[in-house]
Amino acid sequence: MAAKKQSAGTPTFEESLRRLEEIVNQLEQGDVPLEDSLRLYEEGIGLSKICTQRLSQAELTLKKLGKDLEGNFTLTDEEPE
Amino acid sequence: MAEQTPFTVSAITQKIKQSLELEFPSLAVVGELSNFKQHSSGHLYFTLKDEYAQIAGVMWRSRVSFLKFKPLDGMKVIVTGRLSVYEVRGTYQIDVATMRPLGAGDLQMAFEELKRRLAAEGLFDESRKKLLPEYPERIGIITSPTGAVLHDMLHVFRRRFPGLVLVFRPAKVQGAGAAEDIAAAITDLNEYKNVDLIILARGGGSLEDLWPFNEEHVARAIARSRLPVVSAVGHEVDYTIADFVADLRAATPTAAAELVVRDRKAILEVLANSRYTMHQTLASRISMSRKHIQHLLKSYALHRPIDLLRQHSQHIDELGRAMSMSLAHRFELTSARLKGIDERIQALNPVLVLKRGYAIVRKEGAIVGSRARLREQDTVEIQFSDGRVRSTITDV
Repeated sequence: MAAKKQSAGTPTFEESLRRLEEIVNQLEQGDVPLEDSLRLYEEGIGLSKICTQRLSQAELTLKKLGKDLEGNFTLTDEEPE
Repeated sequence: MAEQTPFTVSAITQKIKQSLELEFPSLAVVGELSNFKQHSSGHLYFTLKDEYAQIAGVMWRSRVSFLKFKPLDGMKVIVTGRLSVYEVRGTYQIDVATMRPLGAGDLQMAFEELKRRLAAEGLFDESRKKLLPEYPERIGIITSPTGAVLHDMLHVFRRRFPGLVLVFRPAKVQGAGAAEDIAAAITDLNEYKNVDLIILARGGGSLEDLWPFNEEHVARAIARSRLPVVSAVGHEVDYTIADFVADLRAATPTAAAELVVRDRKAILEVLANSRYTMHQTLASRISMSRKHIQHLLKSYALHRPIDLLRQHSQHIDELGRAMSMSLAHRFELTSARLKGIDERIQALNPVLVLKRGYAIVRKEGAIVGSRARLREQDTVEIQFSDGRVRSTITDV
């Protein structure tokens, strides 16, 4: 699946959100040493920032899938209107 | 009268063949199917009849693959083709090039027949349905390049989750060749791979308009798809075969857009809640650790290297500062909305310390802060995170 393929590089939105959930749970359970808590906290804040940015992205991207003469896929930008 | 020169059987048949085939090189006939048989060779044999007459028909295998429905006895059909004579048996028949069912009732019958057949094959089984990703980022859309469907869907996507990439594969959605094009579009997106799911959409229309979505071609392509497929064909009342095979049916194209992406407002709220919870949890841990160190400084000062404790204390203060710095820059606390979570955190507080392995010692109900308060044979109560025990002091 496409989402899985991306996970080698940048995490997907879903992966970021899941990791954030995990961090919040770990912090809430209170059995992580304090230093680790701060590290988790920093990571969590970072993730929430990335996710918020993704959501605030105002542009919808529309691409048209076609094929060239050799049968390779082509993507052309379309005006999303 | 002189006898006519007799024809041989072959010769007369040859003459009949020529005259009939020349007379009817191309014709269209309406009739009811009967004696319908598919031979193991793939050719179809049948009789077309009406109230008063009948005529034999044959459809060769090469044509059969273009059939848009499964013919059954009793169906009213229109066939096109030419007349041919089969010399070996002295019969004539229609050599059928195309056949289509006649009228809405017949379309309905073809629909029911395909539905029954695919259901029996298990193509509609719940166990086949793929789960949709919770937060898709790239969505494949198959629909007509003209018409309002794409535009209406874009409007919903933009409102709910604007940071999406939509990969649009235009397809012919009605008329001849539409089913093949839709099936090819599903295959294309699967080969292209880089989308999280496919929405198959078409606006409302008559039964004939929506017919491609009732064809086996399309049903098979959906069943083969490795990407989850959401069908969104016609209006709420329209059910197509594609709807039954798809992993999820949406009542309309805009409903499909609503179904596959979450509203970003709800997700933003989840994110704000997470930040608030993380902050509260860590802040209360730091303040509790600080109190604990101060407590230790008072009660154990004589028994432990005091420097070590001071170092701990300083470290805790540093952590606290590091955190407030992050806070100062990164938060706007939305406390009113998050009151529920706040209460949850407060409830957690006393447990946190005990969970980390500390215990509270009580003598006669009062917390013991120093060994000076204890004598041999005193009974004390020790509280752990998971309960209390009673204990006797043996060595002071």
